[in-house]
Amino acid sequence: MRVMVFIKATEESEKGLAPTPEALEAFAAMDAFTEDLVKAGVFVAAAGLKPSAEGKRIAFEGARRTVIDGPFAEARELIAGFSIWEVKDMDEAIAWARRCPNPSPGRSEIEIRPFFEASDLEGFVTPEELATPRDGMRGKLGVA
Amino acid sequence: MIADKAQTQSNTHRAIEATFRIERARLIAGLARMVRNIDRAEELAQDALVAALAEWPRSGIPENPGAWLMTTGKRRAIDAIRQGRMRERKHAEIAQELDEASDDATRAIEAAMDDDLGDELLGLIFTACHPVLSPDARAALTLRVVGGLTTDEIARAFLSSEATIAQRIVRAKKTIAKAGLTFEVPRGLERAARLSSALEVIYLIFNEAYAATAGDDLVRPPLAMEALRLGRMLAGLTPEDAEVFGLLALMEIQASRLQARIGPDGALLTLTEQDRARWDQLLIRRGLDALARAEALAEKSGVSDGPYALQAAIAACHARARKAADTDWPRIAALYDRLRAVAPSPVVDLNRAIAHSMAFGPEAGLQLADEIADAAALRNYAPLPAARGDFLFRAGRLAEARAEFKAAAALTRNMRERAFLLSRADACDCER
Repeated sequence: MRVMVFIKATEESEKGLAPTPEALEAFAAMDAFTEDLVKAGVFVAAAGLKPSAEGKRIAFEGARRTVIDGPFAEARELIAGFSIWEVKDMDEAIAWARRCPNPSPGRSEIEIRPFFEASDLEGFVTPEELATPRDGMRGKLGVA
Repeated sequence: MIADKAQTQSNTHRAIEATFRIERARLIAGLARMVRNIDRAEELAQDALVAALAEWPRSGIPENPGAWLMTTGKRRAIDAIRQGRMRERKHAEIAQELDEASDDATRAIEAAMDDDLGDELLGLIFTACHPVLSPDARAALTLRVVGGLTTDEIARAFLSSEATIAQRIVRAKKTIAKAGLTFEVPRGLERAARLSSALEVIYLIFNEAYAATAGDDLVRPPLAMEALRLGRMLAGLTPEDAEVFGLLALMEIQASRLQARIGPDGALLTLTEQDRARWDQLLIRRGLDALARAEALAEKSGVSDGPYALQAAIAACHARARKAADTDWPRIAALYDRLRAVAPSPVVDLNRAIAHSMAFGPEAGLQLADEIADAAALRNYAPLPAARGDFLFRAGRLAEARAEFKAAAALTRNMRERAFLLSRADACDCER
């Protein structure tokens, strides 16, 4: 199964990246962890995200769309990075996540969310739809 | 309250077992190198798990669980050696000797712990894939000791009985012991040969899943993912080998189509028929990255692309085409020409004929197919008449096409493929 692992933001991560000795050490620790994931055949993809100050939100209300500039409040509700893993089950994902180095000096959080698989979406795509071969990137399933 | 406690306990056990699963292959690798015996290494690893299940619920999972398990396993190994000596000799005689031996053994463990653990795992993979074993035995043993699958899981994946697989694994372990393999990673030419044997085993496992040769299921995705995992693992351990990345690229791209290959009625869909929106773009991107890496590594070491990289390049041509009509068939035909030069085989010749038919017309395909019609390896090989049927169909020679599809259907052992070929034979009648 495939899971997305969210590294939640902290007040630290929201300040941005500066190559302090601590930051470099944390970077190296995360690198070593990623290396372990790669060697175990678990790692699929990952990326770090810039602070929310550089982000935008698009708010929808009926037909209206409003663009909101970052930074956004509630650092703990924000995402600082993500990683995609291929694991056998949720237990294995948890076991890996436990050994992830603490991404920040204080309290921080990682969240693991399993992907929808094609079989979960049966109610959304009819067998007839699946039976009709078609070209092009329809992307309807949204299953990465 | 009691239910809660039981729940917590079972959660803890699951957490410990999941941690153990992550460490298992490395653990067995390290222990096997120490005791030079896979069976014994598996037992010691199991002992370490039992110790962890007793200890960790109280102490918590240690910061470095892998090192904890390895130390525990190695201590057990030394204890067993000591006990063996105790039985053999009188206590008085060995009292002093034992202390010395124990010191030596402790030093040996410390030295071993400093070894590169990745190197040990590679040594285990190379041993499980050793050419002294038959390809089937290599695949079963690799899935067991490196992939951590149970014999039952392996039996189901290979449509075999558990007893057969268990016996195959036992025999493989005996062969390894008899050959006196050391679980080391060889160097130079020997390393290249062993690596290519490992690649062969991983691709054999992948193909067993991807193109099932018998039975009702055409593809077995869990086994394909296991092979992919082994390939990713190997690439992580040998980051400088072009063909490892070639194979990885090939598997990533082929795996990207796993979901799309099966129609709702379970029938196999050809590349042209597949809904390309269902191709896994994440795997395609990983495949293209791995291919780029394979090509860069080959260029760096001044060798031409190997057979896996070339097959991956062909798979990449399909992956890049958003519509079947966009497929760059002349490039695929050219890649098959190159593949034929480095890895000649009747099957490659057949695929080359198909590629040429798509690039230059059905007549070109027929001409190349005629050249291989007498190849012994293709006698009774369903894809040959299936391809000829397709060329003839496209050339408008429907009666001949129908006969070829019928012949192909009679040759295949796969029920769903047979249904597919028969439907193509029927289509020849409809077209009239």
